[in-house]
Amino acid sequence: MESILHSVEGFMYPNEVELQWSILIVLYPFLTGIVAGAFILASLERVFNVEEVKPTYRLALLTALSFMIVAPLPLQLHLGHPERSFEMYLTPHTTSAMAMFGFVYLWYLLAVLVIEIWLEYRKEIVTMALHATGWRRPVYRAMALGSYNVSPRALEIDEKLGRFVTIVGIPSAFLLHGYVGFLFGSIKANPWWSTPLMPIVFLFSAIVSGIAAVLLLYIVYCFLKGIKRSVPCLDTMARYLFYAFLIDFSLEMLDLIHRNYEADESLKTLNFMVHTRLYGSQVLLQIVIGTLVPIGLLAMVQLISMSPRAREGIYVIASSLTLCGIFAMRWNVVIGGQLFSKSFLGYTTYKMGFATKEGLLPALLLMALPFLILWVLVTLLPPMNRDEAVH
Amino acid sequence: MEVSRREFLERSGKYILLFGAATKAWDFILAGTPETAPGYDVTRHWWAFYIDIEKCIGCGNCVRACKAENGVLREPFYFRTWVERYHIPPPDLANLRADRLPVVDSPNGGYDGFPERFRDSDGSKSFFVPKMCNHCTDSPCTQVCPVGATFDSPDGVVLVDQTYCLGCRYCVQACPYGCRYIDPRTRTVDKCTLCYHRITKGLTTACCESCPTGARLLGDLKDPKDPLHELLRTQKVQVLKPYLATGAKLSYKGLDGAVR
Amino acid sequence: MRELFRDAEHLFRLALVFGALLVVFLVARAVLTPEGFGTYGHYRAGALVDARARPLSFAGRAACLDCHEEIDAVKKSGKHAGLGCEACHGPLEAHVADPATVIPQKPDPKTLCLVCHMENLAKPKGFPQIDPKNHAGDDNCIKCHEAHSPLPVQE
Repeated sequence: MESILHSVEGFMYPNEVELQWSILIVLYPFLTGIVAGAFILASLERVFNVEEVKPTYRLALLTALSFMIVAPLPLQLHLGHPERSFEMYLTPHTTSAMAMFGFVYLWYLLAVLVIEIWLEYRKEIVTMALHATGWRRPVYRAMALGSYNVSPRALEIDEKLGRFVTIVGIPSAFLLHGYVGFLFGSIKANPWWSTPLMPIVFLFSAIVSGIAAVLLLYIVYCFLKGIKRSVPCLDTMARYLFYAFLIDFSLEMLDLIHRNYEADESLKTLNFMVHTRLYGSQVLLQIVIGTLVPIGLLAMVQLISMSPRAREGIYVIASSLTLCGIFAMRWNVVIGGQLFSKSFLGYTTYKMGFATKEGLLPALLLMALPFLILWVLVTLLPPMNRDEAVH
Repeated sequence: MEVSRREFLERSGKYILLFGAATKAWDFILAGTPETAPGYDVTRHWWAFYIDIEKCIGCGNCVRACKAENGVLREPFYFRTWVERYHIPPPDLANLRADRLPVVDSPNGGYDGFPERFRDSDGSKSFFVPKMCNHCTDSPCTQVCPVGATFDSPDGVVLVDQTYCLGCRYCVQACPYGCRYIDPRTRTVDKCTLCYHRITKGLTTACCESCPTGARLLGDLKDPKDPLHELLRTQKVQVLKPYLATGAKLSYKGLDGAVR
Repeated sequence: MRELFRDAEHLFRLALVFGALLVVFLVARAVLTPEGFGTYGHYRAGALVDARARPLSFAGRAACLDCHEEIDAVKKSGKHAGLGCEACHGPLEAHVADPATVIPQKPDPKTLCLVCHMENLAKPKGFPQIDPKNHAGDDNCIKCHEAHSPLPVQE
């Protein structure tokens, strides 16, 4: 660890040299961002009646659930005492944004996601509970909660309640990810984080990442199951991705322009950091590859007419680059905020381990885990049938 | 069938409520007030600190004393208090710039003093600045703790509950002065406790005890005879980063504007 | 009414599951919250007791006076009057607790004195600083300076 001292440039307060928040803390907003974004996409159909994206409705919900299940894991791994994390439920400190986490998470997981998925799938669950065999039977029976009523009236009640839950879910999704932005944005000690724009920037980048993730997963899932992709669905998702991206990019540029114009005492040190230690991840990865290129590609699709296959190819590339860019944005916020000294006189480096508690390996495993869970979920609760996808 | 089910629900509801109330009452009885230990009343003290920059000679006694008294790890990443050396160059006439960025160093936090002479005088200004927890009245660190593991005691000392801290490090991020760190042995946050175990026994802090020039001074603002009152009244004092409105109770005399 | 209950029965069951979870949560909360939490503020009151429980390493100036008054007599009218004993002699609580067995070592003047008095640009101008190479050769400091009252110089 002494080697970190050698890579300190200038002066840092002695306690600041070692970074406090690692790649796991970068991962957490990335995961909850996809949860919030996927849910917003699902709500487009359910609440705003955008019919074209209906084929992705169930897939979006299941994606949200898979990422939601994994979301607390990087936090637990990061804590010095994960066994004490339940203390947030016992004595939440109401002035702390972090204390909200436990309740917002539980609320969103149980009162929104689980209920909505349950109501949406109840007909299939009851059918499978009565007819499935083997290990699946007790699983479905448990999910049915002992009630097998799927009469039209019961299903109508489910539909109404489901709509209500989705409406409640939209501000809940905003809260789920917005509080993370506030968590950073409210730290007056750190000028890289402290801005009222932070919750909004986080939220729109979440929407962008959620739509991109569901777009990709939809293409991949249909490809694996041999289902024809709905072209209007893809085009509509890409359009919403484009709009969300424009807003997200504008907000980030607004922050940048504002900072450079006001030029307060932190500007020199932050600019230097962006041009040196953060250049690759901020300028190249986040701005150019992760934002400008996808926006350019999506704009191209809007302006030039192309075949559906070509468009699909563009969407795959744009979505993949988007997800990289959004991850880079989380990295730049979390890691970037700790690379410079609060004395504005120096910089340190982030030494990420590999097979350590907060190293690259656990981060990669945690990134892969939601897809594993999603695979289990789509096996138990298929999001679409072969005939459904042809619109 | 229905009547007995309702009765059952009513009864169990009552029992649950009573059980909850009983546990609360039992807790209250058990708690007592052990915090007001024999001889020390938390409500009769309000601790503050005073550092005279012009007296500090950068000997590092305070850093060594603090680590010895409080069992802090010797590695250069964990400091409850440390000393910085400032070297402020003369105005840059070649480029006509007035922002005289200081050159600051703190080798091992000043634990081994500042052995080398630094450099020959070139029209610059040099001095030492001891740093430590400011025990803020409106501390941003206690504001962000999610569980209440770090707190402001009734006598004005910001402390950490080592048995309750999760090690989430949010408070470390929120402190503008960089005075918190994670102790790898306990995996919880640690910081200057103002030698709480000493000041509640009528002793002074370890850093004040070992300072040879009297640059450091512990003060009790609720004591009308405390010399700190006179100093605050007559000397030009400043706190670090006053624009952040942390209510810092560490007053510096002779603090240069270039100090970060 | 009966039809509503029949068609919405699954929702009542769901509500029951959630209700049960809520009860479990409330009971766990009542049991697990540490005692004394909230007495003085949003923290465990016992933490104040814990913070006071550390053993001492430094004894404090008053403790030395009990046995070493003659040293203090020399010190209190000289230039080192403001220094605590432990500023040079290190933490001595162990010695105060058991003076017969724990005998502290006398510090080496050549290393100790220079900690404060080695010339350094950043030290306050009026503070006595010397460059050991140009000040009285390689001699031991206490050859000319009485440690507890260093001035006037003794030849």
